[in-house]
Amino acid sequence: MSTRYVITFVTIMTAIVAVLLTGFRQATKAQAELNEDIFNKRAILSAVEDYLGEGVTVASLTDDAVMNIFQTQVEQVVVDASGQVVDGMMADDIDMAKEKKKPEPQRKFPLYIYSEGGSKYYILAVRGTGLWDAIWGNIALKSDLNTVVGATFDHAGETPGLGAEIKDNPAFPAQFKGKEIYTDNGRYVSITVRKGGARDPEHEVDAITGATVTSDGVSDMLYDGIKNYEPYFDKVKQSSQLITQ
Amino acid sequence: MAETATVKEAGKTKEPLFGKKEKALITDPLNDNNPITVQVLGVCSALAVTSLVYPSIVMAIAVIFVTSFSSLFTSMLRNYIPKQVRMIVQLVIIASLVTLVELTLKYLNYPIYKQLSVYIGLIITNCIVMGRLEAFSMANKPWRSFLDGIGNGLGYGAILIIVGLLREIFGKGSLFAGSGIAMNIIGPSPDYWINTNESFLFGWYTNNNLMVMSAAAMFIIGVLIWIQRSWNKKLVDVS
Repeated sequence: MSTRYVITFVTIMTAIVAVLLTGFRQATKAQAELNEDIFNKRAILSAVEDYLGEGVTVASLTDDAVMNIFQTQVEQVVVDASGQVVDGMMADDIDMAKEKKKPEPQRKFPLYIYSEGGSKYYILAVRGTGLWDAIWGNIALKSDLNTVVGATFDHAGETPGLGAEIKDNPAFPAQFKGKEIYTDNGRYVSITVRKGGARDPEHEVDAITGATVTSDGVSDMLYDGIKNYEPYFDKVKQSSQLITQ
Repeated sequence: MAETATVKEAGKTKEPLFGKKEKALITDPLNDNNPITVQVLGVCSALAVTSLVYPSIVMAIAVIFVTSFSSLFTSMLRNYIPKQVRMIVQLVIIASLVTLVELTLKYLNYPIYKQLSVYIGLIITNCIVMGRLEAFSMANKPWRSFLDGIGNGLGYGAILIIVGLLREIFGKGSLFAGSGIAMNIIGPSPDYWINTNESFLFGWYTNNNLMVMSAAAMFIIGVLIWIQRSWNKKLVDVS
C-alpha cells in the first residue's frame, strides 16, 4: 500500500469522525450544560437541606424545582477580596479553580444567599487540596454569620472508603451543623477537623480515620476559604448595626 | 449458472445468521474465555468502578457498546485499513465511540458521568477492546465480529456486576445506590444513602470499609477465578 493511500485513508477517516462527533456534541451540548448546572445547584442546595421545607431533601427535588428555588429564593452575589459586592456578576459565573490561580487581591468569591421563611442563609464556596487532588465544598451560615447550618464536600480523586468519605458518608458533613466560626469574644477560628476526635464542641469536628491528610485538607480549606469572606461579613455586620442604631 | 447458485447456497449454509459458531462467540467469553478471569484483561477498570452496582452496570453497558461497534466497524474496514497504521485506525474508531458514550452520558445522566469520571475515557485503553480488534475483527466478517464484541463486553460486564454486587452489599450495606431504586440491604443505617428505605435485615451488620476500596475487587476477582477453575476443568492447566 502506497504512502498516498495511507494518507488519504487516514485523512478521510479523521474527517468523517470529526464531523460526526462535532455534530453529536452540538446536538447534546445545551442539555449537557443544563445537567451540569443543575448538578452544581443541587450541591449548593444540600448545604441548606434542613431549611428547604418539611421532609424535603435535595434528592427529592425535581430539576425544575431546583431551578425554581434558584430563581425565587436564592440571591447570587459575587464579592471581591476587599469585601465589595461586584456589580453585574452572578455567583454561577465564578470558577473557583480559576480564582485560586489569581493573585489574592484579585480573587472573587461566589456567595449564594438563600432566603426561607424570613431568614437568610449565606452559602459560601471553599476550595482546597486533599491528599491526591482538589477538594471543594459549600458551607452555609446563619444570618448571624457565625453559626454553620450545613456543609457539603466533594473531591476530584480522594481514596474511596477513606478520604472520599467527606462526600460519601453523610455523617461527616452533618457534624458541621451548629458549629461556630468565631469564638465568643469574636476571634476568627474557623472549624478544625481534629484527628483523634473533636475536643472543642463549638469549633471542632471528628476527623476521618485513615484519612488524616484529607481531613487536614478540609481544615485548611475551611480556614482559608471562610476567611476570604470576612471583609464582606464585616461590611454586612456594620450596615446591619447602622440600621439597628 | 448452476455452479454459482450452489456456491451461493453453500456460502449461505456455511454461515447461518445465528448458528452454533455464532452462539459460541457470545457464550465463550462468558465462561471458557472470559476477558477478565481467563484472559485477565481490563482488570484496571474492574477494580476502579465496581464499588457500587449502578455504576458497574452503566460501565458494562458502555463497554458492550464500544466492543461491539468497534469490532463491527473495524471488521467492515478490515480490507481497506493500511497495515502500517492499523493500530492507529483502530484507536480512532475506539476513541470516537468512547467519546460518543461520554457525550451521551453527559446528556442523559450527569451524576453518573461524574461518578465514573475518567474511567469512561479509559475504555479507550481497555485491553479487551483493542485485543478483540487485533485478534478477531481484523480477520473475520462484520456480523461475527459484532457478536464477538458483544460476547466479550458481556463477559466483562458480568464480572463487573458480580464484583459490584458483593462490594456494595458488604461495603455499603445498600444496593443500586445512586439510582432511582436505591435500597438498603444490610446494616443499621437506613439514611446512609439519601434514597434508601428502612433497613430490614441484619441490623447488627457493620459496613466493611475494605470492600469499598479497590483492593477488595482484587480479592473478589481472585476468588472468582479460583471458583471458576475448580468448576470448569477445561481451564485447568494440565502441565
